[in-house]
Amino acid sequence: MSASPIPAAQGAKQVTGAPQMTGAQMVLQVLREQGVTTLFGYPGGAVLPIYDQLYGQGDIRHVLVRHEQGAAHAAEGYARSSGKVGVLLVTSGPGATNAVTGLTDALLDSIPLVCITGQVPSHLIGSDAFQECDTVGITRHCTKHNYLVRSVEDLARTLHEAFYVAASGRPGPVVVDIPKDVQFARGTYVTKRSVPEHKTYRPRVEPEIARVEQAVALMAQARRPVFYTGGGVINSGPEASKLLRELVQLTGFPITSTLMGLGSYPASGPAWLGMLGMHGTYEANHAMHDCDVMINIGARFDDRITGRLDAFSPDSAKIHVDIDPTSINKTVRVAVPVIGDCTEVLRAMLDLWKARDLKADASALAEWWRAIDKWRGRKSLSFRPSTEVIKPQHAVRRLHALTKHRETYITTEVGQHQMWAAQHYDFEEPNRWMTSGGLGTMGYGLPAAIGTQMAHPDALVIDIAGEGSILMNMQEMSTALQYRLPVKVFILNNEYLGMVRQWQELLHGKRYSESYSHSLPDFVKLADAYGALGLRVSDPADLDATIQAMIDEPRAVIVDCVVSKEENCYPMIPSGKAHNEMLMPDDWDVDLDRVVDAKGRELV
Amino acid sequence: MNAPLSPYTAPPTPRPVSSHTLSVLVDNEPGVLARVVGMFSGRGYNIASLTVAEVAHADHVSRITIVTAGTPEEIEQVTLQLDRLVPVHSVTDLTLRGEAVERELAMIKVAGRGEDRQEALRLAEAFRARVVDASTASFVFELTGAASKIDHFVELMRPIGLVEVSRTGVAAIARGPEKTP
Ligand SMILES: Cc1cc2nc3c(=O)[nH]c(=O)nc-3n(C[C@H](O)[C@H](O)[C@H](O)COP(=O)(O)OP(=O)(O)OC[C@H]3O[C@@H](n4cnc5c(N)ncnc54)[C@H](O)[C@@H]3O)c2cc1C
Ligand SMILES: Cc1ncc(C[n+]2csc(CCOP(=O)(O)OP(=O)(O)O)c2C)c(N)n1
Ligand SMILES: [Mg+2]
Repeated sequence: MSASPIPAAQGAKQVTGAPQMTGAQMVLQVLREQGVTTLFGYPGGAVLPIYDQLYGQGDIRHVLVRHEQGAAHAAEGYARSSGKVGVLLVTSGPGATNAVTGLTDALLDSIPLVCITGQVPSHLIGSDAFQECDTVGITRHCTKHNYLVRSVEDLARTLHEAFYVAASGRPGPVVVDIPKDVQFARGTYVTKRSVPEHKTYRPRVEPEIARVEQAVALMAQARRPVFYTGGGVINSGPEASKLLRELVQLTGFPITSTLMGLGSYPASGPAWLGMLGMHGTYEANHAMHDCDVMINIGARFDDRITGRLDAFSPDSAKIHVDIDPTSINKTVRVAVPVIGDCTEVLRAMLDLWKARDLKADASALAEWWRAIDKWRGRKSLSFRPSTEVIKPQHAVRRLHALTKHRETYITTEVGQHQMWAAQHYDFEEPNRWMTSGGLGTMGYGLPAAIGTQMAHPDALVIDIAGEGSILMNMQEMSTALQYRLPVKVFILNNEYLGMVRQWQELLHGKRYSESYSHSLPDFVKLADAYGALGLRVSDPADLDATIQAMIDEPRAVIVDCVVSKEENCYPMIPSGKAHNEMLMPDDWDVDLDRVVDAKGRELV
Repeated sequence: MNAPLSPYTAPPTPRPVSSHTLSVLVDNEPGVLARVVGMFSGRGYNIASLTVAEVAHADHVSRITIVTAGTPEEIEQVTLQLDRLVPVHSVTDLTLRGEAVERELAMIKVAGRGEDRQEALRLAEAFRARVVDASTASFVFELTGAASKIDHFVELMRPIGLVEVSRTGVAAIARGPEKTP
């Protein structure tokens, strides 16, 4: 296609006497105008002009990470815990490619990021120049949108647009690739206010009221309703959680949430069923299976939720609230799609419910709650306690008990410990839980904790980690120490890539191929080497004191919490099974061939 | 019991697959075609035909016409996924809307002597193909029409001495006075 160059500052008002400055100065000016106070990055040749502008200024705090993947996850943690756009700055070539995992993570979890990458000078693009890579080509598939800025006259407008695209509609990561000559060139600065409305990207926020009416009418007729809520409620902001709580209370319906939506409804709330899905509770999954009206608010029918599609909640009429039309009917057909922002839709639902003084059938609802209470009675999150060895579930429960009265933020790595954290740490507020759900990126938790701590300097930030995952971005301890960030790394050390080991046990005849964590470092000494405090605990009797010591320590801490090695994470819906075919904690002597057939083994 | 159905192993259910022509108006910015094509390859949809050219120079708008095949659900996803791309102005499913004119241009080289030449010319006339190049041993025909008509013509030329074919892919536009949204 003829790639006709876009004329300079197209569409933007040319203000006479508008400030002239270099591209690098524009970058800083846009960041200031966009309210950015924290920037995660790593320097290199292709971004030196921008680093030169960062030098000696006081508006924007640059956090020097130790690996660009860390910058991306830190920006994610910052964004998810604060509701702002996370920003990172990396150099060309390896700087950009190192950021790719974090960008993909942000894409799958709908996290707003702006990633500024340096590029080789324009005239060298395409010549295999030193540290050249096709950044827009590489990141096209792992960003919501990306730009290569060809002229300094386009730079400010493009950067403003990047912030708009990252944060609007379904949030996501946006890359702006800036050749070095553009950073040096002088041009006209375009202010945020003078950038015209976006020509093509204007996602719908306000719902169609007729759809909300249909949804509410369906809810009022429900006999066995359930709210299935997700990350969209968190994306929408704290107001959405408030409205959700009110709607749940008003209707008296039970509520479950995905991994990404935890905290939008309080775990201590009476209508809470716990998380649903592959490692969700018995009551949440059975309620989803047996319901007659499912109200999906900002969740995307992920395969960890649906399991076998043909057996997924077979008898329910489904309402789906989502800001992204592609989420509707993607895997599950729904009766009432409502396109819009969760806050707006929830407000409209509440208004209608109140205005029409609606009530669901009280006796049907009471009967539904009796069924749910029976499922609750299975106590699907129970585990065999021990006085000899620390059970990982118990460790998470104690962590919760000792931190719940504080402003505490939890991040995780990926694996069994992540699921135990989701199951046993009871979240009461939104934006307190940062985890890699969609991509499942080991190594996410420590940098995300650093980003979270930057956004909430006085809060307690804990990365619940596995001994395998933590080693993937361990270098970021150095960042934590440099900025005196008191992040706490709480390793549930089972000496296994536990989630892999569990699947090998259940699906591959206990052949533990390469899933033992050999040659682990001494985490206490490692903490010491970084200048942090290292603690080890293996006796359940010492657990509380160790957690307390971790909390009380003003520096960063690594706790090596030695837990039972072969614990499995239950409940579990094996891949390819229906919601009512769960493996329960008391099923440990199951006949494995009965549990998972050959087809199921092929799934992930 | 049925085989487990999941997004990964869902067997290709024999559901009716039909061909749809999508008209996509995009901002003509660098890389926009890669974005559109990448969406198809990245999500496993197919492209049977693709044409693209700038249609409003002053506004930097290009029209991409894509012919793709899929179940109604797949076509709906394709449409929504295209619409979600930031530089896309609009996506119209011309097949769903009905009433669209679809045309393709082809150039077809045929070589032969004697009776074969006569036969080629006779068929060309019947199909209203124009001769745009001729030598003592060959013709190049230019033919415009529905893709099926071109297919048909090419098949008739094959035994006569078909050498090669170049086709533009389908361009399409909705009938009637309105502008596609
Ligand atoms: C080892 C492992 C095990 C897992 N097991 C489970 C499990 O047992 N249970 C579980 O739930 N998950 C599990 N997950 C996570 C799972 O993979 C998915 O990431 C998660 O289920 C998706 O959550 P979600 O549906 O809330 O969607 P998200 O990915 O959070 O997407 C949000 C949805 O809301 C929409 N949206 C965004 N913003 C708005 C807005 N402002 N208004 C309206 N809509 C909006 C988006 O378009 C999108 O459709 C696991 C992950 C790992 C790594
Ligand atoms: C980058 C990356 N590589 C591989 C995987 C696959 N994987 C998922 S969980 C897991 C094991 C994690 O081990 P550990 O951190 O010790 O956690 P545990 O399950 O033991 O709690 C692996 C290898 C992944 N999710 N991410
Ligand atoms: Mg482990």
